[in-house]
Amino acid sequence: MNSIPLEYFLLVAALLFVIGAVGFLLRRNLLVLLMSIELMLNATNLTLVAYNRFRPENHAGQIFAFFVIAVAAAEAAVGLAIVLAFFRVRRTIRSDDADLLRN
Amino acid sequence: MTQPLDNLRSLAYFGPELALSGAILLVILWDLVVKQARVAGALAIAFAALAVSAGLSVQAIVSGAGSRGLFNGLIAFDGYTSLFRILIAFVTAMVLVFSKPSLEEKSAREPGEFITLLLVLTLGMNLMAASRNLLMIYLSLEMVSVISFVLAGFKLDDAKSSEAALKYVVFGGVASGIMLYGMSFLFGVSQSLNLSDIAAKTAELTAQQGKVPGAVFVGVVCMMAGFGYKISAAPFHMWTPDVYEGAPTAVTAFLSVGPKAAGFAVMMRFFSEALGAVHDARIAGTVVDAAPWAILIGCLAMATMTIGNLSALGQDNVKRMLAYSSIAHAGYMLLGFSGMSKVGVASIAFYVITYCFMNLGAFLVVMAVAEQNGGDETVGAFRGLGRRAPVLAIVMAVFLFSLTGLPPMAGFVGKFYLFSALLETGGTWSWTVAVVGVLNSVISLFYYARVLRVMFLEDAVATEPTTVRPMFQVTSLALAVPTLVLGVYWSPVYDFVVRSLATVR
Repeated sequence: MNSIPLEYFLLVAALLFVIGAVGFLLRRNLLVLLMSIELMLNATNLTLVAYNRFRPENHAGQIFAFFVIAVAAAEAAVGLAIVLAFFRVRRTIRSDDADLLRN
Repeated sequence: MTQPLDNLRSLAYFGPELALSGAILLVILWDLVVKQARVAGALAIAFAALAVSAGLSVQAIVSGAGSRGLFNGLIAFDGYTSLFRILIAFVTAMVLVFSKPSLEEKSAREPGEFITLLLVLTLGMNLMAASRNLLMIYLSLEMVSVISFVLAGFKLDDAKSSEAALKYVVFGGVASGIMLYGMSFLFGVSQSLNLSDIAAKTAELTAQQGKVPGAVFVGVVCMMAGFGYKISAAPFHMWTPDVYEGAPTAVTAFLSVGPKAAGFAVMMRFFSEALGAVHDARIAGTVVDAAPWAILIGCLAMATMTIGNLSALGQDNVKRMLAYSSIAHAGYMLLGFSGMSKVGVASIAFYVITYCFMNLGAFLVVMAVAEQNGGDETVGAFRGLGRRAPVLAIVMAVFLFSLTGLPPMAGFVGKFYLFSALLETGGTWSWTVAVVGVLNSVISLFYYARVLRVMFLEDAVATEPTTVRPMFQVTSLALAVPTLVLGVYWSPVYDFVVRSLATVR
């Protein structure tokens, strides 16, 4: 069953996390920013589940992953609502245009 | 600590949170069903719940109820939690008092919803202070974050408010993502989410390898992103000025105090329970294994203070200046923590209390002044305030002196304890950090003094006295009196803090 070693999972997760982080830093579309954040959360889920599978003393990792999915959904709902509110007022979804508040 | 209690028996110790949960449901119902006295009734329910929460906690500390693990060890019941519960209930009550007039206006948007959200936030912060498990830490932090996003954007059609909420939500999402990634490593190392299990495993591995294991170090650094975001420490402070400026002032006042206090509560518990990093500084030798964390926090403290103070210098908007000042204050508080000692924890808890009074007070005055000047929050709006509204100006002076840390104000005593806790650990590192802290206090004098000068030495275009709502006068005085009194007679409060912390292991 455990033919694929743990490191492979961790590596894929780390890669996902970096893709998410780079996407967050480079992209300027607010929806893409939110998606990048989701990617980072998925990397976390993969790490949690992989660790749990290879040392299954309890199921805390899997359960944590479920919680992360649920909370991420709530956060995405609020996030999208706020992006929508922003769009209604400003007619744009580019993060560069959020420039009313700055030094 | 005794064996953790099971779910049913935990409820007896869960009174404050149960009261708040009940009040949240009641306020929603009240808002739906009742047509007359909607706001007054909802506020009454909220105040009752907050009084129960604070009262039960005072009773727990005074009667020496000891410490217990609740819900099979997910949540702690101890003096530490009780202390923060009292503080959080006080802050929420003050913010509700501030916002009462604007909630009662005809044009107010969904006042019942606002009160409900504030209560949920209070519940979340209580849970933050009590969490002893990574899952609970994550859930309570998110509970506070998500509600804060909504509150920051509460003025839906206001461009600034929606932009503030947007920046808050984007940075918040990333910070919690990074924190979660760190948590997953801590889970991988210890195979458990309980802070005490993580502590045992980390200690075992540290003894084996002679240093803190790499995965634990990476995990903790990542988790600092989440904590740093909540307390607005560098480099996760970028959202702070924008959100504080854009959000409604009552919300800003709340965000600058409540989540910050709760953030420190959860961070200090994490470091002392999961890493065993917090020691009695007087026991020599134990300080050595706290070394990487002490240096990590020390660096964060120095960066946070310096960035906060230097950026505050050039600000023209007082709300924005106070935002940078609140970043700087997070730095001062981290200063007390960078010694990783129990005295340091006590000094931070004490400073958080004094900070609540002075910072809430300063924001309250900004709110009152802006209201009189058609929403103008710049330094110019304070011109000649000393003649036009003497009480307000003097009270503001008290808050600003206290924020600077000048005697005989509460801020001075708080800062004194922070620095002495740091120096008690000794060593070149502590002294370096302390010197940077003192230099920063000097810098901060410049921008606070600018507001003072404008208030008292410059004349306004209009010289007639301004009418300030009596409610603002009373509440700002109610905050200024403790700021002054705590500066000369602080020992009962400090003793109370030390006594309530005695149960933290």
